[in-house]
This record gives sequence, C-alpha cells and structure tokens, in this order.
Amino acid sequence: MNKGSIVAGVLAPHPPHLVYGENPPQNEPKSECGWEGLRWAYERCRANIKALKPDVLVVHSPHWPTVVGHHFLGLPHFKGLSVDPIFPHLFRYNYDVKVDVDLSLQIRDVCAKADMHTSVVKNPDFRLDYGSIICLHLINPDWDIPVVLISSNQAAFYFSNEVGAQVAKDLGEATRQAIEISGKRAVLLASSSLSHRHFVHEPDLPEDMSFERIHHHGQYLWDMKVIDMMKKGQCRELLDIMPEFIEMASAEVKVGSLNWMLEAMGVPNYPAVVHGYGTVIGTGNAVVEWNPSLKGKN
Amino acid sequence: MENTIVSKAYIVSGLPHILLAPEQSPGWARLNAAYKDLREDIAAQDADLILYFSTQWLSILGYTFQADPNPEWLHVDQDWHELGSIPYKFTIDTDFAETYAGEVDQLGYKTKLINYRGFPIDTGTIVAQKLLNPGNRLPAAIVSCNMYSEKEETTRIGQAAARALKKSGKKAVVVLVSSLSNRFHTHPIDPREDKISSRKDDEWNRKVLDMLAAGDVEDVAQTVREFARQANGDQKFKGMWWLNGLLGQSNNFEGKIYGYEAVWGTGAALVSLEPTVPVQAISLEKSMGSEEGSQAEMVEELTNFDYMATLSKPVKLKASHPEPELRTSKADSTAHLTKIIERVEATKRLADYEIVSKGSAEPVGTYPHARRYGDLLFLSGIGPRQVGSKDIPGIVFDSNRKVVAYDIRVQTKAVIQSVKRILEDAGSSLDKVIDIQVFLTNMKDDFPGYNEVYNEAFKDIRPTRTTVEVGALPTPIAVEFKVIARP
Repeated sequence: MNKGSIVAGVLAPHPPHLVYGENPPQNEPKSECGWEGLRWAYERCRANIKALKPDVLVVHSPHWPTVVGHHFLGLPHFKGLSVDPIFPHLFRYNYDVKVDVDLSLQIRDVCAKADMHTSVVKNPDFRLDYGSIICLHLINPDWDIPVVLISSNQAAFYFSNEVGAQVAKDLGEATRQAIEISGKRAVLLASSSLSHRHFVHEPDLPEDMSFERIHHHGQYLWDMKVIDMMKKGQCRELLDIMPEFIEMASAEVKVGSLNWMLEAMGVPNYPAVVHGYGTVIGTGNAVVEWNPSLKGKN
Repeated sequence: MENTIVSKAYIVSGLPHILLAPEQSPGWARLNAAYKDLREDIAAQDADLILYFSTQWLSILGYTFQADPNPEWLHVDQDWHELGSIPYKFTIDTDFAETYAGEVDQLGYKTKLINYRGFPIDTGTIVAQKLLNPGNRLPAAIVSCNMYSEKEETTRIGQAAARALKKSGKKAVVVLVSSLSNRFHTHPIDPREDKISSRKDDEWNRKVLDMLAAGDVEDVAQTVREFARQANGDQKFKGMWWLNGLLGQSNNFEGKIYGYEAVWGTGAALVSLEPTVPVQAISLEKSMGSEEGSQAEMVEELTNFDYMATLSKPVKLKASHPEPELRTSKADSTAHLTKIIERVEATKRLADYEIVSKGSAEPVGTYPHARRYGDLLFLSGIGPRQVGSKDIPGIVFDSNRKVVAYDIRVQTKAVIQSVKRILEDAGSSLDKVIDIQVFLTNMKDDFPGYNEVYNEAFKDIRPTRTTVEVGALPTPIAVEFKVIARP
C-alpha cells in the first residue's frame, strides 16, 4: 500500500448564509441571491479539489465542541436534518453523509497512542454539526466523497490560546500520521471564519447585500494581515501570532481548526491560493487553499 | 400568593448526566432525587405556564422564542452523546411567546419566533423539562440567551418577560437553566468521584448559594461579574440578570437549596425562590430609565470597571445547603494534557483588580483603596478621614481652618478602623495584615500615643512594621498607614 498523503488543505468558512444564497435542493429556506463573492470563491476552490480526486475529506469544526479530548464518528452513515440554532431561517439542510470510519478510527488510534483522550460516536441519533455540513456542501455539493469529522476540543477556552494551539498541533500531527498509514489521499477542511464578531441585527431580507460589511475596521485589518501572511507562505509566523489574532479579532480559529490543518500539513511555507474574502453578518471569511500541486502556478 | 405574576422561581443545572446517568455517580443521583422534589413543588403551584431561560440556547440576532406548538425530536447531546438519546415533546404556549417577543420588540432588540421542524432545542431546557414538567402539565415558553448581551440588556429582557406575563394575565413558574461555576474536567473521570473542578470555584459557588438561600436575588445579580470572572460562570452567569429583572430586582424571596453537587467538575445547584411579596412588572418607561440605564452601563464598560470589585462583606459560610461530595480523585489519566500544559508553561493568570470600599473615605486622587495582585492585597495610604465627609477625627481647627490641636490616639484608631473596613470589603480581615508602613508628621510628640493604639490592635497579629516621620501628608492629617495583607 502506498503511503497516504494530504493533497490539499482549505480554510473553509461555514456561514449558513452561503448555502442559503445558493439554494441547493437539500436546504429548505430559499433566497434570491447573496454573498456571491464567497460563493464564487468556493466554486473556484471546489474545482481544484475535485481535480485532485481525493479519497476522503477530513473536517475540523468549531460547532462540534467537546470538553474531553477529540471525538470521531464511528458509524458509516448519518442521515438527518441539520438546523442552525442561530440562523434557522437560513439553514435547514437534509444531509446524507458517508463516513470513512476506518480513517476515523485510525486517527483516533494514533491520538490514543499519544495519550490524547478520544471518544467515538456510536449513537445513530447523533446530529452532525452544521459547521461541518456547511463547509462539506460548499466544497463537495455532490457528497460523493466519504468524510471524517473531528470535534473541536475546548482547551483554548479552559486554559489559554497557547494550550489550545498545542492541542491542535498534536491532533494535526496525529491526523497526518494516520492518513499516511491509511494510504489515502486526503483533503483537510478547517471549518472556520477569521474575525468573528457578528452584528446582532439583520435586515428584513437576510440577503440584502447593502447591509453587509465588516463589524469593525480593526478586525478587517487583522484579517488582511493574516491573509497576507498566507499569501506569502508565512504559516509559521502566522501560527506564532495566532493567539494575538484570536484575542484582537475575536477570531473563530480559537477552536484550533486552522492550527490543526496547518500543523497536519507540516506548516506549509509556500504561498496559499486566496480564492476570496467576504463578510457575513459582520464576520470576516476567506476561502484559502494550500495545494502543493499548485506551487509556483499562482 | 395573590396578585403576583410569578408563583415561584427556580435555578437548575441542565447537564444531561443528571437525567441520563444518575446511577453512575452519587452526586448525580442526589441531584436527580432533588429534581423530583422540585417537580413535586412545581406540581403544587397555581401557575399557567413554565418559562425557561437556558444558557445553552444561544442567539446572536437579538432574542428568539420557541413558537412551534409541539416541538418534538430525538435529542443527542453533542458532547455527552455516550449518555444516550433523549426523546422530547413540548407543549408550547405560543400566545405567550408572541406576547413576550412583542415586549422585547418594544425595547428595540431583534426578535424571532421559531417554528421550524427539527429546530434543536438545547440540552439544558430539555433536561429541565423532562425532570420538572415531564407530562407538559404546564405549557412552556422558552427564550434564548443572547451571547453578546450584557447586564443592562439581559436585565431588560427579564423585565420584558414580567410585562408579558402581566399583559397576558398569566402566572408563571420561572426556571433559569444554568450551572454556577462552569469549569468541566477536561479528562475522563470516575463519575463516582466527581468533584468541583477547583476549591476556588467551590467557594464562590457557596457564596452565591448562601445569598440565594437568604433570598437575596438582587445581591447575587450585583455580584455576577465578579463571580463569572472568578468561577468561570456559565455564560458569565448572565441568566441571573434575566431572572433578577423578571423578579423585580429585589431581595424579597425565601430561598431554598435543594441540592449542590459537581457534575463533571461544574457547580450544579437546584434552588427555589419563593416571593415574599407579590412580583410585579415594571413599566416600559421605567425599564428604559432604570438604574441599569444605558448611560451607567456604558460608563462601566468604557472605564473598564469590569475589573473593579466592590465586594460586600464576606459572607460567612452557613450549612444551609448540602455539602458536595469532595473526594480525592483517582490518578487522573491526564498525561497528555498535563504535558501540553507544561510545554507551553501555561500558568493561571494572577488575580489583578481594584477594590473600592464604600465604607471608607473617598481617595483624594486617581487610585483605588486597594488592589489585589495574586495572593496579596496592597492598600493605598490610609488616613483617618471619615467616609462621606472631609472630617478628620481628633482635630481642632481655628476660624482660619488652621490646626490648633489634634489627638494622635483618635486619629490612629480611625486609621485602623478604615484599614479594617477596606480589608473586609476586599474579603480579607485585620488579622491577615502582614506588613505596615506608618507615616507620622511628628515622630517626637506622636509616637507614644500612636504606638499605644497600634499595640492594642496588632499585638496578637504581629505584622512587620516600619514607622517614619514625613514633612507633611496630604490633608491636615497626622498619621497614615500603608498596608499589605493576605486576601
């Protein structure tokens, strides 16, 4: 068996607005339009990912928070209705998901060997989190690639951003090892916004784009700073300033999704492809791809 | 009780362990049994509905209200999925939901009525409903907890609930679903040996429970910020502001603690609050201009008074609530996390905040009476001036306000009294003083008198001491103490 590898990693934000704006058949609410900048960014990224023909998509999502260690899905199939508790008027999505249980358990095993606490979901009534569902839909609306979902351990909230970063690093290294053992070609998805301060009001028509803007200019500056580092291949430096970014921009990456992905990829030092940036109800979101096969082609 | 909009209020923990796994832990079993007592208590209430506010139902766009007449689902908690599934079916008082949303609309906040198949009702509300009102004897109303709201706003949302009850002519059983301290164990535990995650959190929980046992709802609401900071209160323990707003911001209750235990390290309590005077709604106009008014709130936020503790006298612990089972845990399998913590040298942040003592004279400059840093309390220079006036005891002025005589003994006594008050307001006491520097303006004449009074106060405490003469002190005082103490 060939050694498995991570063929790409994507910073894949999960605002439900993007699915709402697209009007896929799985989503019950319907819109006129909306958030095209980010949706088109996803379309560009989607084409690159499809061309890679990955065996599995591995997602780390802030909307599956866990207190004790890292949790994985242990059943091959989950079907249900995902309703966003914050934006239920925008996202009520009927999902039907194939899980790569073998890889789930392989990552779990590597984690356990490294003394990390783990748990496996074996309850068929379990509802998958909307953060995972949304970014998976946006990357692969055909749902024809099996997935692995990893919960977000809350260490950063209980201890500090630095501890959270280390927990994410260890999980990333375990993910890489397990993928290598599996022989599979994996794409990692860090399901996360950048700056993450919301407006508490919404226009009567949610997709009224005249309303859409960043919550605060300082957050925009921080978002641009970290995106610039991504474009320059400065991921090590980005990881160094991540705790400060989290504090200053209320960044959603606090839960470790981006750290996990960058560490799993060996902290890329080549320029990322920034497919697009846009705000969603005040938060900053970028679709960014690290794809070794595109090195030097940007 | 007649003419009250609330028959009784309750504070409960909504963690699924109590419902799904009581047999795993003696503490969880005791909470489950205590829930049964609450259920019987509620069954005896003459109420029209049960109103829930759960810290586990978070909203961003203002406030959301459950408006599906019969929401039904098979719920699995995302984190505690191993405990099993919870089937639920609620009967919702949709009329009240609309009325309540209408009252919140008038405050200018965004509102939304939720009526969607499969909307995920939060674990906390489900657990409380299953254990308190399992047969839907009372129709329910459920309002969300806004994740960004602060004191003023959350209090107003509670006041709006009271107005909605008045408007609809209904009487409610009110349930706040919230843990107290909210620090979970981050590693697997033996549930039989579950305990509050830190002694500090446990002590803070007990302080709050003692106030609740005394029925002091308003007092608890005033300490929410400090409690949340010190004990990682559940969603900053903001649910207490909502409850306080609804209940009329008073201490007119009879409190009873039905249970207090650890659930996976968090402080889980079951509390009832019975009004001793009828709970009434306050008008919208009064609510908008209440002492929780926006200007005061804004000043507090902008001046970062968040870090200012105005603790009242420390509450003596009473045996008014059950002792949690605090046992020594087995060797925890925390190797990985421990290693991580060591690697990044994560240290607990030292406490660092100001203490302003209402019982002591106002500072004459931009400094607090005291500042706590870590495990030490540093007091500013304390003189004999009296609170609320510029009077200096033991001093005689002539008509030109020139000092003609003063009594160093009286002044020293006044200084020691002030020091004592500040220490107590900071949760400390005179016997915890470890070092004193004394400044006298006339060493030769005043040392004997000052030393005599000093000895009376400190002969058994024996702090280290340095006494120096200075040319002058601000204001015409003759003595000032600079104190360091343990908190």
